[in-house]
Amino acid sequence: MGEENQFDAVVVGAGPAGLACAYLLAKAGKAVLIIERGDAPGAKNVTGGRIYAYALNLLDQELLEDAAWERKVSHEEIMIIDGKRSITIDYHDPSLTEGDQSIQSYTVLRAVFDQWMAGKAEEVGAMLVCGIRVDDLIQREGRVVGVIAGEDEIYAEMVIAADGVNSIMAQKAGLISDLKKETVGVGVKEVIELPAKTIEERFKLSQNEGSARMILGCTQGIHGGGFLYTNRESISLGCVFMPQEIVQHGQQVHDIFQELKMHPAIYPLIQDGKTVEYSAHLVSEAGLRGMPAQLYKEGLLLVGDSAGLVINTGYSIRGMDLAILSGIAAARAILGENDRSKIGPAYLAEMEKICLLPTMRLSDGYTQLLDIPRIYSNYPQLAIGVMQRLYKVDGQIPQNLKKQVMEAIDESGLTLWQMIKDGFKGVRSI
Amino acid sequence: MSIRVMEAAELLSLNKFNVDEEEAHIVLDKEICSRCQERPCLLVCPAVLYRLDKNGDISFDYAGCLECGTCRVMCTNRGIIKWEYPRGTFGISYRYG
Repeated sequence: MGEENQFDAVVVGAGPAGLACAYLLAKAGKAVLIIERGDAPGAKNVTGGRIYAYALNLLDQELLEDAAWERKVSHEEIMIIDGKRSITIDYHDPSLTEGDQSIQSYTVLRAVFDQWMAGKAEEVGAMLVCGIRVDDLIQREGRVVGVIAGEDEIYAEMVIAADGVNSIMAQKAGLISDLKKETVGVGVKEVIELPAKTIEERFKLSQNEGSARMILGCTQGIHGGGFLYTNRESISLGCVFMPQEIVQHGQQVHDIFQELKMHPAIYPLIQDGKTVEYSAHLVSEAGLRGMPAQLYKEGLLLVGDSAGLVINTGYSIRGMDLAILSGIAAARAILGENDRSKIGPAYLAEMEKICLLPTMRLSDGYTQLLDIPRIYSNYPQLAIGVMQRLYKVDGQIPQNLKKQVMEAIDESGLTLWQMIKDGFKGVRSI
Repeated sequence: MSIRVMEAAELLSLNKFNVDEEEAHIVLDKEICSRCQERPCLLVCPAVLYRLDKNGDISFDYAGCLECGTCRVMCTNRGIIKWEYPRGTFGISYRYG
């Protein structure tokens, strides 16, 4: 610690990325200050959502014992909607919730989860202050040496920018310019309260079991999708849209989402529930190509959403686990390297070792795949059209199946040639 | 209260806000906004806080802001001349998130 430095590390933002980093640094005996602008950790954060357990396990095995989770996910569901019709695929694997070690993912609510995680960081010695907005970085000769919050200047050996998708810290450091509209989605969500027993009946869950559902075709053809996660005594229902396409489409985000709530296949699941919160947040949508070109500057590391670490495959979305991984990598780099100018490169090396960057690179193709505009309207319409014909029995002589499928393709506005091209692109990109 | 289509204002009333009465964290330049043709803010704000007043000008109320930042990203003509997060302790406080 330099003479003027009050802390070994200042972490801006008490989300999973910043808290993971703070936890490890504090546990190793470093003087760590976490600054959170919300009244409490999680107060400004929104998730779909679920967190994959392996990341917490990697942070500290003991943490999983009393993690503030909602339900253990054992039902992975995909729902395809066209008009009032829908298809739901429910993949159930009960072994995913047996014993603590086999649990793959948990549904969570961020106000609860982030507070729990912050408590863990405090237990090992990190200092947490809430209700303080960090306004700027202190930089000297191109190096970050601290942060400014209101009247206060706080100096530290390292600053960790964990301030989320709209990272003011990364912008102040000159690592990113303004967010590009093509790289983010806007997510909206309602938390709807229902008794645990009702949720378990409606989603065919045993106690503590949960389901995670991605919904395709509910966005009026706009690049995006819906999601539904079961919490202990509530349901998180939401939608993510590319804002640029919202403008082209000409309908409000709020309106399209309200229509999803009333869909005949969604409504019975949330019926008699009580909406207790309406939230919105930006989500990085561009995967690897949405990440800042530089994830560090001398004295500063970008972690979690600030570093654009989100993977959307269409059937699952990962963010919080990647955030924790980046926090671990940042802490390892800081603990393993005494020369401050070498911490940045060491951080990248740790991100490779922890499989974070390789995972981002491997998932890059999904971004291309999800760029195919037909995924959001024509293909859902085709899937539903085929189902409609398969199950139609009306006493007439049935047409042969091939003809019926061709009819469904026609109706969906697709051409065989287009489908072959999309299929080729799909296979090639993933 | 059962599930139904709700207006944005009604949804926002369910949330916990601590409004900063002294300082607006988002400020528009009325001149620029009145000349703006695209007006993406009218559609992309999840809280529907950007509205047209009776003169056809954009009016904005920062009180129910969910701090998502979509307006900032989408504001093509830079009518949003100030966009900051609210000062510490102010703004939305998610109880669930």
